[in-house]
Amino acid sequence: MIWLGIDTSNSPLAVAIVKDGQVVAEEVANIKLNHSIGAMPAIERLFERTKMKPAEIDAIAVGEGPGSYTGVRIGVTIAKTLAWTLKKPLVGISSLKLLAANAALYNGVICSIIDARRQNVYAGAYNTTAGLTSVVEDGHYSLEGLLEKLKDLNVPVMFVGHDVDLFWESILAQLGNHAVRAPFTLDLPSASQLIQLASQQELPDIEAVHSFVPQYRRLAEAEANWIKEQKGQ
Amino acid sequence: MGEFIMENRYILGIESSCDETAASIVKNGCEIVSNVVASQIESHKRFGGVVPEIASRHHVEQVTLVIEEALAQANMKPEDLDAVAVTEGPGLVGALLIGINAAKAFAFANGLPLIGVHHIAGHIYANALMQPMEFPLLALVVSGGHTELVFMKEHGSFELIGETRDDAAGEAYDKVARVLNIQYPGGPHIDRMAHESDEAVKFPRVWLEEDSYDFSFSGLKSAVINYKHNAEQRGIEVNPLHVAKGFQDSVVEVLTAKTLRAARQFNVKQVIAAGGVSANKGLRKSLEETFANEGIPFYVPPLKLCTDNAAMIAAAGTFMFEAGKRSDMAMNGRPGMELVSWHK
Ligand SMILES: Nc1ncnc2c1ncn2[C@@H]1O[C@H](COP(=O)(O)OP(=O)(O)OP(=O)(O)O)[C@@H](O)[C@H]1O
Ligand SMILES: [Mg+2]
Repeated sequence: MIWLGIDTSNSPLAVAIVKDGQVVAEEVANIKLNHSIGAMPAIERLFERTKMKPAEIDAIAVGEGPGSYTGVRIGVTIAKTLAWTLKKPLVGISSLKLLAANAALYNGVICSIIDARRQNVYAGAYNTTAGLTSVVEDGHYSLEGLLEKLKDLNVPVMFVGHDVDLFWESILAQLGNHAVRAPFTLDLPSASQLIQLASQQELPDIEAVHSFVPQYRRLAEAEANWIKEQKGQ
Repeated sequence: MGEFIMENRYILGIESSCDETAASIVKNGCEIVSNVVASQIESHKRFGGVVPEIASRHHVEQVTLVIEEALAQANMKPEDLDAVAVTEGPGLVGALLIGINAAKAFAFANGLPLIGVHHIAGHIYANALMQPMEFPLLALVVSGGHTELVFMKEHGSFELIGETRDDAAGEAYDKVARVLNIQYPGGPHIDRMAHESDEAVKFPRVWLEEDSYDFSFSGLKSAVINYKHNAEQRGIEVNPLHVAKGFQDSVVEVLTAKTLRAARQFNVKQVIAAGGVSANKGLRKSLEETFANEGIPFYVPPLKLCTDNAAMIAAAGTFMFEAGKRSDMAMNGRPGMELVSWHK
């Protein structure tokens, strides 16, 4: 079984090919290169280096968001077009769960954080004691609101993600010695991790590829305003 | 393109620069084999215009469906194609990126060359789908974002001889429609209203400098707003039909006169119109009559090839393909892309 994994849901780029449970080639970069410039050349490189052909792939895994709207869409568009034209199943994985999985050996609660600007975050918290079970649902939160939820858990929380540093002072101020910083080696998404999570799921129907869409976890601003207006009337 | 094509060329075109997700297969740059357009207009109506983020979200939902449909209607498989052409710019960047990344993934998976096409070159080449282009040629490009006179001495050679200094013609139509409380997109409604009216409010014609081929429509738009405002203040009822006709008469007269003057100066063999506003009945009639009198062949594509579509991208892409133009997997969306000649 050969998997291609792609995650561009935030500024890092992660791609990998995994064959029968072994990483064949993997690339990760955190150089703020526009994904439209970087993603397809990275995928092209993977195939060149492994001397494989796109048609040899059996399934595709993609980071489905949340994160940068444009970033998520680039990864999802590439993944769904490849899956559709190669007639292979496509599995989407939460970009927050993907980060949390990096710290899955930690015993307790992990919170993955992605900057959503203006003191807002995309975040989710997972308990590692029985697989990765969600304790704070993936979503768009104010930093303050998220930290309150985590404080109420009253247990140590390990924070993972390359955006955590932006918020570390506030996290410490709220959670004190319940705040645990994951080592930086766990901060970037890994496409082999993505494939490992995807391979635990049942493969969806090939026909489902057309209706695959990103999980934005947030309405477009114009739509949110429009709904507000309708309620006001 | 005749003589230098040895075998049939089939190019897949993909377009997503604004609010239509489109895919099409064109044979030899001149014959539509399939042409699929998924329009989002209904979804944007409640916002009174295209919302970029919403447009991008819809493109992701539609893009594989329209490509599949284009192949199905053509009864073709990816291996029957020679290349993939996609709109590289200008347009809404988030929207462009969906078509571009779908095109790249499709081209990569199927081992096909990739060609990035300028959206306005596409609008111009919609004409190649109807009759061969004869050079030297003058193109009047009138769309939602552009109003330009483009001189072409041969295929792939573009010389901008005039452009709007403010609003594009389509933009002016849509803004005036809003003033008259007409639903987005207003262009086609104003066109219809102008036709239903015998009387016209007299609005100014903006000619700019005597020898200029540039356009300006923002003054005309302000004149419409002022007219309505003054009438309302004096308690006079505004007849929207008369306003529509007055506005359209002014736009059509200026576009026609400048196109005629340029056609004469550049001594062209053919005049073509392109872009969404070239669907306008008043403009088509005026250009047709004018150039019939002048004895210069004038062409404008049928309505569905005037507005955004992928057949025009495939058509332009075919001529670029023959000229050896290729893009690579690092292609990015170029919202402000300029129309440059691909002819060496
Ligand atoms: N019959 C008509 N009369 C006048 N304007 C029209 C008519 N039909 C369409 N339009 C206008 O054409 C525009 C849409 O054209 P088109 O789709 O080519 O533009 P665009 O793709 O948004 O812009 P661009 O091609 O410059 O990027 C709109 O402004 C619309 O109001
Ligand atoms: Mg257009």
